[in-house]
Amino acid sequence: MIPHLLAIDDLDADQITRVLDTAEQLKEIALRPIKKVPILRGRTVCNLFYEDSTRTRISFELAAKRLSADVLNFSAKGSSVSKGESLKDTALTLEAMGVDAIVIRHSASGAPAQLTKWVRGKVLNAGDGRHQHPTQALLDLFTIRERLGRLEGLRVAVVGDIVHSRVARSLVQGLQIMGAQVTLVAPPTLLPPAAGAWGAEVSHELDSVLAKTDVLYLLRVQRERMSQQFFPSTREYARLWGVDQQRLARLGEQAIVMHPGPMNRGVEISADAADGPRSTITDQVTNGIAVRMSCLYLMLGGEADEEASADAATAGGTP
Amino acid sequence: MTRSITSFTDVRLVDPASGRDELTNVVIDGERVASVGSRTEGVRINADGLVLAPGLVDLHVHLREPGFEDAETIATGTAAAALGGFTAVCPMANTDPVADHAGVIEQVLRLAREEGHCDVAPVGAITRGLAGEELAELGAMTAVGVRCFSDDGKPIRSARVMRRALEYARTWDAIVCNHAEESSLTASAQMNEGALSGLLGLDGWPHEAEEIMVARDLLLARSAGARLHVPHVSTAGTVELIRQAKAAGTRVTAEVAPHHFTLTEERATTYDPVYKVNPPLRTKEDVEAVREGLADGTIEAIATDHAPHPPEQKEQEWAYAPPGMLGLETALALTLTELVEPGVLTLTQALGALSTNPARSRDIDGHGGPVEEGAPANLVLFDPQTRWTVDARGGASHSRNTPYAGRELRGRVVHTLLRGRFTVRDGELVGA
Repeated sequence: MIPHLLAIDDLDADQITRVLDTAEQLKEIALRPIKKVPILRGRTVCNLFYEDSTRTRISFELAAKRLSADVLNFSAKGSSVSKGESLKDTALTLEAMGVDAIVIRHSASGAPAQLTKWVRGKVLNAGDGRHQHPTQALLDLFTIRERLGRLEGLRVAVVGDIVHSRVARSLVQGLQIMGAQVTLVAPPTLLPPAAGAWGAEVSHELDSVLAKTDVLYLLRVQRERMSQQFFPSTREYARLWGVDQQRLARLGEQAIVMHPGPMNRGVEISADAADGPRSTITDQVTNGIAVRMSCLYLMLGGEADEEASADAATAGGTP
Repeated sequence: MTRSITSFTDVRLVDPASGRDELTNVVIDGERVASVGSRTEGVRINADGLVLAPGLVDLHVHLREPGFEDAETIATGTAAAALGGFTAVCPMANTDPVADHAGVIEQVLRLAREEGHCDVAPVGAITRGLAGEELAELGAMTAVGVRCFSDDGKPIRSARVMRRALEYARTWDAIVCNHAEESSLTASAQMNEGALSGLLGLDGWPHEAEEIMVARDLLLARSAGARLHVPHVSTAGTVELIRQAKAAGTRVTAEVAPHHFTLTEERATTYDPVYKVNPPLRTKEDVEAVREGLADGTIEAIATDHAPHPPEQKEQEWAYAPPGMLGLETALALTLTELVEPGVLTLTQALGALSTNPARSRDIDGHGGPVEEGAPANLVLFDPQTRWTVDARGGASHSRNTPYAGRELRGRVVHTLLRGRFTVRDGELVGA
């Protein structure tokens, strides 16, 4: 169904729905005493991580293992990469070893797209530079749908360091594909160039959007941005764009608060907001595994009888 | 050398220096043009259907020698130049060692004499080590023939240093060429800044960074009464700044690279670093503006910024790959296909931008025409109709980072002559 997953807009609304529906079925596996199904037995998935990210790597590793795939972890440190091997040569090596799918995390935007030129296996982007992080968007869409029952017509405010965020790029596109209305909230320094071209509303004031927001999505603010004059201090940032108890209170009754992690508590999000009932932060982590299982399954699973295998995967259990 | 006489018969002479555009015969006797007119003698070469023009002159190339011979050498770079119809090129100073003193300049000139396929007029560095701080010995380099100074690739950040360079260069009425990039706005920049860079997650190179620097340099050049050359103009704003400065009498010349009048930032969506260049590919509006600048004479020269890089450097992640593209072997055909064919420039204007104007703007004697009795026979003959497909591996350059691989272009060089000697004959390189 999916050749490669490089950016969220590789998928249309039907395909995204398919990923989310499949994830819903696969999520149940985690509730079983033996959290493993044989769908990808005999398939080899390589996690090729050029950037440290224990959370995402573990999530992908668990996802692949729960589908019984063989998993290789190839991290840049302590490998031939640290000896100066190029991305191309690493790709050709993995290709020669017969890897079926490569999950790549890279600090350079576009590296996953370049990888597809050198390998026949599937490429799944686990975050590239400031470009895209499609499985994060999918797990966020999954979590929103799980909590609020739908995506279409929801009003979502994405707040913070949008210009530097691959999460924001993927999520905004994913929401738009699914028919949600997005507002970008940030000072102009943290908005992407020509933000109007994103097809979203743009606001510089968080307070003015809170009342008409169903989903408040907070982005991580890196302290190093201060030294680059994007904003003067974390204190001022927290005062103007951080979410605390008072701002929480101004949200609608059903509204939820999301964050991709890792959080800077006290900067973009207060402890009350992170740990309160509106927060979906731990759900996002849990759902990440199911969504990544879904992606791997739809990319690597038997293409002829996907329905049948999906049923097999969930046999003896649910819906 | 044996003296030989060759006649090109029934050729279309297009000579921007004299304004001539006519069917005629051109006789070459030894190193010089013997006659233009009805007379023919010696070996007669039927040149019916070909255009004969002054040899092309490139104000901006990187020959990479000394120091980066894995990318290009003076032998391979000038071979590519000859195949592209060039008879003179100006290599930039960012070699290793840097061409910031007469010794390196002399080395380049010696290699060009021994192994070159065209004349080489080296650009000297403005500052020692291209560091932008202390002036290099411009006088010593002038003494061995340098007419233009540039820290190309690195901007002169300090307005004070730039001012001093312009003033000091006036001693010899030499030209100062500053890489126009306000670098505090381009740290980690990867492509043109705009909606597309935002979507691709590549750091933007805003057009203002070029225009701020050009505006500053134009002001300084005007006050100093000095000659300023603006390299690789890439934005509509820069074209307008230069247009205004020329109207106000500033002594400024400017060049545009073929990739800036043929390609746009959309290419970055491939993440193929063959499209990474500095300044970056811009928007359709910028392409239109530089074309207008060429048409109205605001920009007098087409210069390739030929920048060879070995495959292992270009086959990297976009952010890690060095900027730069080959240009020498495609410049003429791109100009014919993209500017002359659609009527942006007349053939005379186009050849002016590729030959006469650059030669005059850089004081390169003996090149750029006029093609007349007694003039050095630095000439190109090309077939303006031939269609050919660019083959990245097929060129003479030691590198293959052309963004035009696979593209069909119109117009191909048939012969190139350097002081009467064929450097290219029937499309093939003739040994140095």
